[in-house]
This record gives sequence, C-alpha cells and structure tokens, in this order.
Amino acid sequence: MKILVTVTEAATVDTVFEIDGLDIDDRYLSTDLNEWDAYALEEAVQLAEAEGGEVVTVTIGSDGVEETIRQALAKGADRAIRVWDERLAALSVLDPLTKAAVLEAVVADEQPDLVFTGVQSADDSFGATGVVLASRLDWAWGTIVNDLQLDSTVAHVTRELEGNLEELTDIQRPAVLTIQTGINEPRFASLRDITRAQQADIAVESFADLRFDADALVSSIERTDLYEPDTDGEATIFEGSPDETAAELAAVVEETGVTR
Amino acid sequence: MTVLAVAEHRRGELRPVSLELLSAGRELADATDGDLHAAVVSGDVESHADRLNREGVDTIHAVADGEEFNHDVYTQAVTQLAETVEPTVLLAPDTANGLDYAPAVAERLGAPLLTDALDLSYDERLTVTRERYEGKVETTLDIDAPQAVVTLRPGAWPRADGTGDAEITAFDAVIDESLVRSDVTGYQEIGGEVDVAAADVLVAVGRGIESEDNLDIIRDLADALDATIAASRPVIDNGWLPADRQVGQSGKTVSPELYVAVGISGTVQHVSGVRAETFVAINDDPNAPIFEVADYGVVDDLFEVVPALTDRLTRS
Repeated sequence: MKILVTVTEAATVDTVFEIDGLDIDDRYLSTDLNEWDAYALEEAVQLAEAEGGEVVTVTIGSDGVEETIRQALAKGADRAIRVWDERLAALSVLDPLTKAAVLEAVVADEQPDLVFTGVQSADDSFGATGVVLASRLDWAWGTIVNDLQLDSTVAHVTRELEGNLEELTDIQRPAVLTIQTGINEPRFASLRDITRAQQADIAVESFADLRFDADALVSSIERTDLYEPDTDGEATIFEGSPDETAAELAAVVEETGVTR
Repeated sequence: MTVLAVAEHRRGELRPVSLELLSAGRELADATDGDLHAAVVSGDVESHADRLNREGVDTIHAVADGEEFNHDVYTQAVTQLAETVEPTVLLAPDTANGLDYAPAVAERLGAPLLTDALDLSYDERLTVTRERYEGKVETTLDIDAPQAVVTLRPGAWPRADGTGDAEITAFDAVIDESLVRSDVTGYQEIGGEVDVAAADVLVAVGRGIESEDNLDIIRDLADALDATIAASRPVIDNGWLPADRQVGQSGKTVSPELYVAVGISGTVQHVSGVRAETFVAINDDPNAPIFEVADYGVVDDLFEVVPALTDRLTRS
C-alpha cells in the first residue's frame, strides 16, 4: 500500500509583528510542519508499519521549505517530493484549486492507494484542498477524519461534526482523507531519525517533470489588503506584577458572586 | 446578480447558520438589485423550505434526494442547481458539512473557492474578507471571475427574520448512484461524566499550559473557585483531559456565569462556543484573539498569575 501525504510548511506570527504591504514581514514569522499534516503523516506511517507499504510526502514550495520536509522524513516518511515552479511565486494567493491541480499531477505520477491531507493549514486555513483534489481525481473522499479503519475496498471513518457529534461513514477506496488533530499521537523523531532525514534526498519536481499544464495556474483571486482587525472587545486589561493583577482578577471574581 | 444560498440541516433540524446565509445573501444581492435564491437538499425539504421563507428571499429550491447529508448527493445536486440558476455567488456554511461538499462544487463549476468568509461586498467584483494566521490579521481578496463559491463563518451574520413570500419550487436533480461513494452509517455523541455545559463557573485551559503535569495549577484554581475544568482543543488532542471537557465548535457550547480562560489563544473554533456573563483571560500574548472577547484580561505568564490568583481566592 502506498500512501501519499501532503505536507505544508505553516507560518505562525510572533507576538509583536509588522505588516509589510500585503503580508507580514518574514522577520516576524516562524515556520513549522503544519500541525494537521503531522497527524496525517503519523496516521499513514502507522498504517504502513502495520500493513506494509510506503509513505511518500508531497510539498509545494521553494527550497526554503526543505527543513520542514526533513521533519516529515524524520517522523517516518519513506520518501519526499517537493514541487516548485517560479510561476507559483507570482501568485497572489496559493488557493485550494491551484494546489489541488498541482497535487493531481503528483498523484498521476505516484499512483498511491490513498492520499492523506491535514484538515487545514494553520496559516491560511482554507480547509478545502483535500476535497478539491478528490474531485479532480474522481476519487471518493472523507473529511475531518478522527478515526480510521481500513479494509480492502472501504475506509471506515469517523468524521468530527460540531457539538460533540461524530458521523460514521464508509468511503470507497481509493480515497482522499483529510485528517483531524487528535486522531493519534504524532511521534517525536529520534536523533537517529533526524540524522537520517538530513541526509535523505528530496526529489524536486518541476512542472515539466510532472507534465503539468501551467495554464491551470491562472488564479482569479487577488489579495488586496492585509491589516490587524479592529477589536470589537473592550476588555479591561490589568497591569502590574502577578500579585497585583491577581488581586484585580480576584476582585472581579468576587464581584460576580460565584465565590459566595 | 443572483445569489444562491445552500441551507444546512441535521437530524431533522434546520441549522441556524442557514438563516445567516440568507442575511449575507440578501446584502450581497442588494448591492446589484439582484435575486436571492435559497436551496435545501435532502430530508424534509418542505418544512425546511417553509423555515427558509424569510423576508428578502425570492426563490427556494427544494431538492428531495436523500434523507440525511451525504456529500456525494449534495455535490451532484448543488452543482446541477448552480448550473441551472447560474448564481454569481454560491454561499454555503463553513461547517463540517459545508466544507465536505462546497470545494467539490467549486471544482466542478470551475469557480474560485473562498472559505471561512467574515465579510462580503460587491462592487463590480466580489470582495471577500478572511482571517490569516489564526486571526491575528485579516485580508481582503478580490475575485475576478463570473462565479464564485464562498463558505461563510457561522455567527458572522445575523439570522434572517420576517416572513417571506418566496416561490418554493422543486428541483429535480439527477443523482448518479454510481458516483455516491460514501455511505453515512450513523452518528455517535461524545459523552462523559462531566457536563461542562451545565457548569456555572468554568476554568478553561489551553495549549499555554505546555504539559499535563502543569494542570495541577489549573486544578488548584478550579478548587478555589469551585469550578469545573474545561479545555480547548489542543489539551484534548494531547490526551491531557477527556473529550467531554472540550469547549468550542467541535465540543460543547457553554454559558457560565464566569469563564476563566487560561493559556487559550482564542481561535474562533474555541470562542464560538462560549457565552459567558463574565469572561476573564490570562495569556502572555497581547495580540491573542482571546482578548477581543474577554471582559477582563491579564497579559502575563500564566505560571505566575494563576498561582497568585489561587492564593488570593483561597485567602479571601
């Protein structure tokens, strides 16, 4: 069994930051393996360990994302593919339809039995690439999967809905499954795994390698503004030493009457 | 222009977000003196259509295929309806189910997809407001396309009210059963011994607590307040507390007299589940979105403030 896992490098913003045009200045961004993708990868690695098979990651990104890809290799991926073309850098927004178009070409090349993605990325949070990819592939799909049992033709999944409710769904294979956090416990990589991952080859695929038609890259979404939101809240912020702020908070608590 | 809003229902109940879609849809349609269409797929479409018949809705399409939500049926039905109605903007809820079919509809229509929209406007082209970086910034996106699919954040628009005089019409979708590759076999509720929704006082803990061992300071604070301990998602995912303690979109909605959020950043997935009379937040990040919803806050190290607060409350 071959499982293809999409791996994204997600950015988080420092406590203090500045906006530079239509993005946040790189100095204030920290990057890491997208949290949801870490769970998707772990689920694939556990399946491969139990049943045999290969786990291949695919990442869309410039060479700057290779450290993140090596994190995925250290956490058990057998191989990694990075797809990049400078035409991607020119896009205002790397939206789910564009990403899925590129990933479809990788699936065509790799012919996996299953594709796992994280439910969403922590930075842009579109939460849609997996379903678009499945639709392009004409495959079945399951989203927000927090439990998975496979048999030869069907994926039995539990989907997380709102309000402590879960849906039990049987999905025909092959399928794209978007994996929710909490489905497993992603492993920490050992020093040996990290060393091995540092030495591993990352296959770099161009659009030409993938026979990908770059005409599909015409995105109709343009970012026009980026700003810190107006806060609706009028929170009273207490300042001072921990003892002083604790005293203020204690007074608030006492005022509510809940401690009587 | 024409706007098409696709309602959501579950286990026989129309979900409130459906009425929010109508408000957003009407605002958008008004920008060009256009029409608002609503649609309901599966289940008791007649009664759902009646509930969708609010002021400002022009036409309601009832698609009577299937009993409960199935994304393969929805994808086919909504795509066919959109090909018939030809909306400029198709609206769906940014929910577990909305995100389970709307991306496929967008792909099939060849239309751009914008999810989790917080605001919409239309001036010759559609503009969508979204968050980035877990709510620390907002961005506006202009859409240069004749058609777009947009999912709307629940709670971002008011619910449509009033009584409408929409035309309610049946839409006969042609569902190819060979393309129905998923089968919903049932539902299960996450139960547990503790009902955080029933608690008057909650101390809620988030990722900032860093490890399970550190939960002791939260237990001490909860004891001092005679409070129930709740949690945001990362704490549950790490297995530090059981799932019945989770507050938020995928957990419980709570409405306590006092809610003390400790080390919780305040993603919309969490705060959408909190309706507290008094909301207190302790977090060392001054830009954490939790301070947008809190009544009182302290920007400091929780490992210093929480024990000090417990000490104060115990002594008083």
